[in-house]
Amino acid sequence: MRGAGGGKTRVRKQKPRDRIKNFREVSLGYTVEDAVGEASRCLCCKTPSCVEGCPVGVDIPGFVKHIKEKDFDKAADRLRERNSFPAVCGRVCPQENQCEIYCVLSKTGREPVSVGRLERFVGDWLINKKRDGKPVTSDSTGKRVAVIGSGPAGLSCASELAREGYSVVVFESLHKPGGVLSYGIPEFRLPGDVVDSEIDYIKRLGVEFRLNYLVGRTVSFNDLRRDFDAVFIGTGAGLPYFLGIPGENLNGVYSANEFLTRVNLMKAYLFPEYDTPVKVGSRVAVVGGGNVAMDSARVALRLGAGEVHVVYRRSREELPARQEEVVNAVEEGVLFDYLTNPVEFLGDGEGNVSGLRCVRMELGEPDSSGRRRPVPLEGSGFVSDFDTVVVAIGQGPNPLLPSTVPDLELNDGGNIKADPDGRTSLERVYAGGDIVTGAATVISAMAAGKKAAQSIHEDLKT
Amino acid sequence: MNKILSRERVHSEAIMLEVKSPRIAESYRPGQFIILRIHERGERIPLTVADVDMDEGSISLIFQEVGKSTKELASLGGGDELRDLLGPLGRPSEIRDYGTVACVGGGIGAAPIYPIAKALHDEGNRVVSILGARCDELLFWRERIERVSDSLHVTTDDGSCGRKGFVTDQLRDLIDDGLEVNRVVAIGPLVMMSAVSELTREYGIETVVSLNPVMVDGTGMCGSCRVTVNGETRFACVDGPEFNAHEVDFNELFHRHGFYLREEECSLKRYLERCGK
Ligand SMILES: Cc1cc2nc3c(=O)[nH]c(=O)nc-3n(C[C@H](O)[C@H](O)[C@H](O)COP(=O)(O)OP(=O)(O)OC[C@H]3O[C@@H](n4cnc5c(N)ncnc54)[C@H](O)[C@@H]3O)c2cc1C
Ligand SMILES: Cc1cc2nc3c(=O)[nH]c(=O)nc-3n(C[C@H](O)[C@H](O)[C@H](O)COP(=O)(O)OP(=O)(O)OC[C@H]3O[C@@H](n4cnc5c(N)ncnc54)[C@H](O)[C@@H]3O)c2cc1C
Ligand code: SF4
Ligand code: SF4
Ligand code: FES
Repeated sequence: MRGAGGGKTRVRKQKPRDRIKNFREVSLGYTVEDAVGEASRCLCCKTPSCVEGCPVGVDIPGFVKHIKEKDFDKAADRLRERNSFPAVCGRVCPQENQCEIYCVLSKTGREPVSVGRLERFVGDWLINKKRDGKPVTSDSTGKRVAVIGSGPAGLSCASELAREGYSVVVFESLHKPGGVLSYGIPEFRLPGDVVDSEIDYIKRLGVEFRLNYLVGRTVSFNDLRRDFDAVFIGTGAGLPYFLGIPGENLNGVYSANEFLTRVNLMKAYLFPEYDTPVKVGSRVAVVGGGNVAMDSARVALRLGAGEVHVVYRRSREELPARQEEVVNAVEEGVLFDYLTNPVEFLGDGEGNVSGLRCVRMELGEPDSSGRRRPVPLEGSGFVSDFDTVVVAIGQGPNPLLPSTVPDLELNDGGNIKADPDGRTSLERVYAGGDIVTGAATVISAMAAGKKAAQSIHEDLKT
Repeated sequence: MNKILSRERVHSEAIMLEVKSPRIAESYRPGQFIILRIHERGERIPLTVADVDMDEGSISLIFQEVGKSTKELASLGGGDELRDLLGPLGRPSEIRDYGTVACVGGGIGAAPIYPIAKALHDEGNRVVSILGARCDELLFWRERIERVSDSLHVTTDDGSCGRKGFVTDQLRDLIDDGLEVNRVVAIGPLVMMSAVSELTREYGIETVVSLNPVMVDGTGMCGSCRVTVNGETRFACVDGPEFNAHEVDFNELFHRHGFYLREEECSLKRYLERCGK
């Protein structure tokens, strides 16, 4: 589908009224024709500004040029030089704030090249083609590295090191690798088999996965440090924040992590085929405004909720979620209660949540994040009925692992302190991703994992 | 991996499985639990480790058949494998020399109380154990617990064994008869733990209970297991499972336990039909 005038080539999507009844992917991706057409919009600039917006520095004009030539093998090789998971990043990167925002086309009043969709196209092409066999790796260095956590940070560190000839073992506490990619982001945005294929690539690089291994409990951190030449910590920001207001432990109040884990990791949407249940009522409130909130709201719709409200204390302009997903949520019928802040969960007298007491907000002066700070409007309290509430106001670093390593330096928020190259306060211990930065993005976690792998390589060479 | 070495019926409603896991057996401390998944479609089932065998590199799990997952688990036997096994989880029990400790196990709680009683005994405490069950047939591990106790008292609801009544009746009598108890550890059904807590609050005796709220990951990531302790929200899987009984909001826990009742019934009914029962 060619876009009109200077617009991006449109992508086909499932129709809203169909897609809210299933968990299949919403965006159907580009066809070969779409991809070649979109690629032809790219000027393949000599000094491409888009690349500066990419945290891993993908050679955008390089891979796009190969798409133009219909040489998708070469396009894939070019992409994988910098990005081990094109099929994931093409889907979930906030491209509108990264590579695409810097595209020169925007400066001439046109829409930027749809780098993300092209990247997804190549990633999917690679998966469908299933290029088997062992990818090329360097000679064995004879050194062993432990990677804790199998989210994007850990996976990218592991793949980088495996290619350099290290023997890498990834320790993951859950029964499935992938971190947020597996337990958090829903199927309709990032299908499980896409994640599985990307992980399969890492396995083919020779990386060993030990699942059901909670470092700090199953094995101590010091044992790992003793048994491996280096340790990378990529344990993410998995600790759910709650609002800390009365009634939060009523039945029917979920953290987004619990809600999404039940649905994605445990497949509760297929209950009773799968054993783990999840429950949504007829009126669902999702508190928050980021990707996690959008995902929760859209999952709730698909589980059969009658009405889903995103309750957000700022206004539409400040929503931190990806624009594309906000548009999808609106299309699907999610309602947005802006400038609204919950102050109390109300119960039905039998331990179940029955509503939210909220206050209206207005935007005041900008705060440290540069966004205007919401302040409550005096006397604006009101009550809305809800029988399910999902709290999606953010996650912090899980303190479990750091609490077992007293000499590992943390910042005030409990995040591990690491320099830009991933080195921590302990020798031969590295960290990256959400555990260092706080909740961020897939691609920034991947970039951090890669950076740390380079540092590990430098430090172990000597 | 995670091979079931043996299966034994403990009584008409409970099963013991011995599962191979040298890693968990080695890292385990009394008071900790594991989470297992039977198969790809299974839920994550938390169970307390009741014993370990270092020579075999195995752990023992004792569980009551209450719903779909535990019935399905009970249908497995020696040689079968568990899809997933994660642990040990939770904080270990605090084991110190307190003086005299009363270890109270109600129903299936006799299993998790055993390793704690043993550790307390090894640490030099005088261990006074109280086991309670509905009837004689549901009592188990008496000899095992007796071996690590200075004295053992048994109660049954119907009087078919030991004293007729509840574990709290026995505990109250012991205290009233002049036994100086420095600490109580109580594990069993919620009603029982809450009753013990009420009793010892009266006497001002420090009391610890092991809570079992509904869990998903068991690693502090989902908040499903949150309980209110001393007015604050805590995650039982990482901050517990043991807490100061006098600070626990038992009422909230009762409610939270019942949230999935309808789904649990549906799941069990479907399973029994499929098994032709
Ligand atoms: C619902 C949701 C939607 C999102 N949507 C987007 C999006 O559209 N685009 C985007 O760019 N970003 C998105 N994000 C953010 C992004 O997913 C994260 O920034 C990214 O996954 C961080 O990667 P990580 O590797 O640092 O940690 P994680 O992905 O959190 O992985 C950490 C892993 O470590 C494991 N672990 C933790 N502790 C231990 C331990 N002690 N021992 C062993 N294993 C351990 C965890 O189980 C987990 O698997 C979203 C996040 C969520 C929750
Ligand atoms: C830390 C911990 C240790 C435990 N140790 C033991 C033990 O040693 N022996 C034993 O018999 N039982 C133990 N339990 C309880 C055991 O996990 C549940 O009985 C089991 O999960 C029930 O599953 P089901 O499908 O058979 O029953 P269901 O029909 O699903 O539920 C029956 C009851 O079990 C509770 N339950 C259901 N799912 C969970 C879950 N994921 N987590 C916790 N409770 C749940 C429900 O509140 C319900 O009342 C423990 C629970 C926890 C949290
Ligand atoms: S990885 Fe993300 S930011 Fe980089 S080019 Fe691809 S879509 Fe853009
Ligand atoms: S800036 Fe835009 S046009 Fe230029 S190479 Fe990058 S994507 Fe192509
Ligand atoms: S079970 Fe998920 S946080 Fe405790």
